[in-house]
Amino acid sequence: MSGLVQRIHDAVHGQTQPTVTVLSSLLAVEDELGYIPKEALEFVAEFSNATVNDVWAVASFYPNFRFDPPAEHVVDVCWGASCHLVGAMNIFKSVLEAAGLDDEGDTPDKRLTVRFNSCLGACSQAPVIAMDHHLAGRVNPESAAKHVTHLLEQDGHAK
Amino acid sequence: MPSSFLETGLEAGKRWQELNAGERPWIRIGTALCGEAAGAFEIADAVEAALENQGVAATVSRVGCLGLCFAEPLLDVQLPGGHRIFYANVDTESVSEIISAHVVGGVPVTAKALGYIAQEGSTAPVPDGIPDLNQHPMKAWENRIVLRNAGNIDPFDIYQYIANGGYQALHKSLTELNREETLNEVKASGLRGRGGAAFPTATKWSFLAGNPAPEKFVLCNCEEGDPGAFNDKNILESDPNTLVEGVIIAGYATGASKGYIFIRHGHDGPINRCRAAVDQARELGFLGENIMGTDFSYEIEIALTGDSYVAGEESALMEAIEGKRAMPRFRPPFPAQVGLFGKPTNINNVKTLSYVPEIVSKGGEWFASIGHETSTGTVILCLSGNLKYTGMIEVPLGMNLKDVIYEAAGGMKEDKTLKFLQTGGPLGGVLGADNIDVLLDFEVLRAAGAIVGSGGLIAADDSTCIVDLTRSLIAFCQYESCGKCFPCRMGMSHLLEVLERLCRLEGTTDDLALMQKIGVNMQAGSLCGHGQLGFNPVSSALRYFGPEFDKHIVDHTCPTGTCLEPSYSPAQSRR
Repeated sequence: MSGLVQRIHDAVHGQTQPTVTVLSSLLAVEDELGYIPKEALEFVAEFSNATVNDVWAVASFYPNFRFDPPAEHVVDVCWGASCHLVGAMNIFKSVLEAAGLDDEGDTPDKRLTVRFNSCLGACSQAPVIAMDHHLAGRVNPESAAKHVTHLLEQDGHAK
Repeated sequence: MPSSFLETGLEAGKRWQELNAGERPWIRIGTALCGEAAGAFEIADAVEAALENQGVAATVSRVGCLGLCFAEPLLDVQLPGGHRIFYANVDTESVSEIISAHVVGGVPVTAKALGYIAQEGSTAPVPDGIPDLNQHPMKAWENRIVLRNAGNIDPFDIYQYIANGGYQALHKSLTELNREETLNEVKASGLRGRGGAAFPTATKWSFLAGNPAPEKFVLCNCEEGDPGAFNDKNILESDPNTLVEGVIIAGYATGASKGYIFIRHGHDGPINRCRAAVDQARELGFLGENIMGTDFSYEIEIALTGDSYVAGEESALMEAIEGKRAMPRFRPPFPAQVGLFGKPTNINNVKTLSYVPEIVSKGGEWFASIGHETSTGTVILCLSGNLKYTGMIEVPLGMNLKDVIYEAAGGMKEDKTLKFLQTGGPLGGVLGADNIDVLLDFEVLRAAGAIVGSGGLIAADDSTCIVDLTRSLIAFCQYESCGKCFPCRMGMSHLLEVLERLCRLEGTTDDLALMQKIGVNMQAGSLCGHGQLGFNPVSSALRYFGPEFDKHIVDHTCPTGTCLEPSYSPAQSRR
């Protein structure tokens, strides 16, 4: 068994909750690897007595799953209505500039992913962004860019 | 493990007394998602470091949210036997000052204090020159039922919940009331679902209670993907035990065998606190076999979903727990007949279930005496947008919405003028500033074109363009459409195209009629609320701001000038 398949195996078999499903198994793999490789689709299909097609149907539905290895860091920019009202678009523009990107996605060197989040759940502190899932509220374009620069100075691997 | 509920209660009381009047100061910091975003975890670390530096022994608790999010990071210092003093917007520098002056020196830093809350039984004089926090506009209107412990107790410590009356309702249900009497208390309370539909909770429960199947489920919905609403997650972060107790009582009243609490993957704060509450309840014998020595056995499992707004729709939620794509089911059969894994199922929102322990403890009539006509009890509102005080308040239903905005929330930031309120989540509606003189009542608000819904209230000042905000709401609805029903899937995309055209000032007079036509079809041809209500943002905006749409279409100008600023949404990059 390759190292990757071993990790998938351990993640899927390591689930402790009573209700184990295709979705819960995919979430377990996502937690372990940060993405869903082709091997995981096959493994979860066999484990769940389902077809790869069935598993892909679930995996492709939920936008939290990605299918290639994640970048080192991830910045989520909230674009919910509360954040939109207080300048989320300018935050997004500033984060993209700091990352050197035109739209959401990975930087070519795979150091950073920038993505939209439809609500980070801290609307009272809008506008909100998250660096490697750690929230920062009441940001402005300058402080958001600083957060990104600071994040890129750190080593790490976002899940 | 203590052998009886009485002994557990005594132990909890002893620990609570020790925290409040023991030898150590007690320092609490609000660390719900709002606190985290304000930097509260860094402040908590700084507090611990400062205490160690100065060689002071104190108890530091990372509690939930007191509701005053605008004041976070919020540091709450209570000297042994004294009153609680709150410091707002604390930074790491003021931490050392507060620790040395107040915690070590015993003298509060008056200039930096937001207010104090007097402690029952404390003989200490109330602090001089510091206002009573309960008189703060955001707290003065409150009547806390669900949020009674929020910000006061450590959400990871079930004993603190028990010391404040926790699990007495379950004990009362199991030892004094039978299943039917428990359900009757909920019926007498007039409690209605707080997830959006406002359906009478006891009626819903009675469908499940009347089903004789041996295996039945109670599901608690904490999907909560609504931008502008965070009260469900906040309850789980501030007082998860009250929800867990509610889910157990719901199981008892309906004869269910198991409860599920459904949360979105990645929301670690709510997930971890809820898991701890379930585990601790099991350790104390409130879950499992023969609960509190009775013949009632019940389990709770926490189920996670991927990112999907529609997973919060009750039938899609069951699909997600079963591990499938979160798409709504055809009804009938209704969940009370064929639900999760084909078994009879009852689904309630977090807030609805969190009311249940207090209703059982204090009686349904007590709850029904609060509120307005058939909208009984309180409502938990999330205040965000351009308001002076943003945060979360629990006020009686029947309060005037105008008072919520201009009194409790302190009006608009920088003394700007309110333009509109966006209510009840993205599928809710907007209310123009001149139309907010309405009571918070399920029927009254619906008649005004808005909904209580999830309790989100987003206030926009007059620098906001209504067309731009409508575009943003429809972009959300388009992105989150699950795709099962084509009138919703295609209708949302089409609506978004039209609104983008309007924002580019390239709209035509036909566009309004076109949107109307799409909206009617979405409403008629969609299985769930997402498509059925998805036109609300547009129709309510047109109702109050028709002339502003006309400006965009006829005069090709945006009065606030914000439409033409760059706009991004996943709809553009993932379309």
